[in-house]
Amino acid sequence: MVDLKNKKFKWGERGWRPPRAANPLAGCIDRGPVRFRLLPSISLIGRCSIFVRGGKALIIGAGGVLGLFGVVLVQLGNPPNMGVCVACFLRDIAGALGLHRAAPVQYLRPEILGLALGAFGAALATREFRVVGGSNAFTRFILAMLAMVGMLVFLGCPVRLVLRLAGGDLNALLGLAGLITGVWVGVWFLNRGFSLGRATPQNKINGYIFPAMIITLLFFLLSKPAFLFFSKEGPGSLRAPLLISLGAGLIIGILAQRSHLCMVGGIRDFILFRDTHLLTGFFVILAVALIGNLVTGSFNPGFAGQPVAHSDWLWNFLGMMLGGWGVTLLGGCPLRQLVAAGEGNTDCAATVLGFLAGAALAHNFGLAASPKGVPLAGQVAVIIGLLVMFVIAFFNSRVPLTKPSAQGVSLDGEGN
Amino acid sequence: MGKEIDARGLLCPEPVLMTRRELDKMSSGTLRVLVSTAAAKENVTRLAESKGWKVAVAAAGEDIILTLSK
Repeated sequence: MVDLKNKKFKWGERGWRPPRAANPLAGCIDRGPVRFRLLPSISLIGRCSIFVRGGKALIIGAGGVLGLFGVVLVQLGNPPNMGVCVACFLRDIAGALGLHRAAPVQYLRPEILGLALGAFGAALATREFRVVGGSNAFTRFILAMLAMVGMLVFLGCPVRLVLRLAGGDLNALLGLAGLITGVWVGVWFLNRGFSLGRATPQNKINGYIFPAMIITLLFFLLSKPAFLFFSKEGPGSLRAPLLISLGAGLIIGILAQRSHLCMVGGIRDFILFRDTHLLTGFFVILAVALIGNLVTGSFNPGFAGQPVAHSDWLWNFLGMMLGGWGVTLLGGCPLRQLVAAGEGNTDCAATVLGFLAGAALAHNFGLAASPKGVPLAGQVAVIIGLLVMFVIAFFNSRVPLTKPSAQGVSLDGEGN
Repeated sequence: MGKEIDARGLLCPEPVLMTRRELDKMSSGTLRVLVSTAAAKENVTRLAESKGWKVAVAAAGEDIILTLSK
């Protein structure tokens, strides 16, 4: 093996970094000029971080843009408080592909396709595209399925939770309490050594399969073959213009890839380390979407009659608890999983498929909530989901639960 | 030669957790942390700097070596 510690990197070579003293940007963001040349517009945002320490400008920018699109896309035709919702839109995609036959929620949402492709492009351009996998993809698939069922009982992913709050939907407060509880439980297991194991480098081709799949779906969306299902009524029929949705997705995907924006990551890092970096993004989305909703007159505070929501407080709480717990064990919210899949992580690609399968399960078995409330089957499914998640989390934790003391970390491999 | 943590191939927050467990046991010295994603690099750096450690970044092929020192 090459002695990489003492290896000298040539200018522009992979791994080259500008000398700290010579580069005024080095203290803020750690990126060489090669990347700046490739992505001038993003570098502009990066350069702004001179003024805000620790690359915070990127996360603020990403959150701001996401919050803005959350409002704008609704104005342009997306369902209310659903300008961007990764869970809902993956559910719509599962419907469009006929994986479930719930007629009101079927559409090949361009935002999701744009998001994945934007992240893929940004990762390629900044040389952060790395093909890795092999970290319990099947378990991740199952956890994603369970989390999706939980999110569809609440009716939204963490992104939509914030957008619902910004629209005045106070039911989302119960969801937020559930999300925080779920993340807290996930963190409890992480602190006790929960791990799905290490991902290892894989052959490059495997990382391109996911983007190729997305491009295929984009081709489907543009050519609209007869085997696809597109809602005639209901939320799935409410759509912003295709190209705008796609463009919005691309921009969000690029910014999310650059900033590592993650909704549950914010709550998780605050609980774990009192670190507020990712949480900033969470609050910026809320603030921007709230202002946007006030300006456009879409802010309607209350519990009753909220769009694509129900007021069953217990199941809003437990549904999102299942969702939050699941995605904490998975390492990131659905948005982050989609971005990481675009970055070449094949485990995260399996996770995204798990979300699709969870959506299919939720609608085929009548588990998903509707504005009328949560069906009994959905309530049972959430309880079963919580139990199954406990078993998976418990037996994947390395430190025995009876001995919660901090243990040394072995360097020579994983115990599980 | 200081201690070394191999957090390659792990998703967040595991690399940060492993680093914190080590840092909590050390008051000074050097700790080398191997990570493989930019997200992990930034998160570990943020943790270390918040605890007053200096962080130097170097590349190791596809991976990243963070050298924390205090």
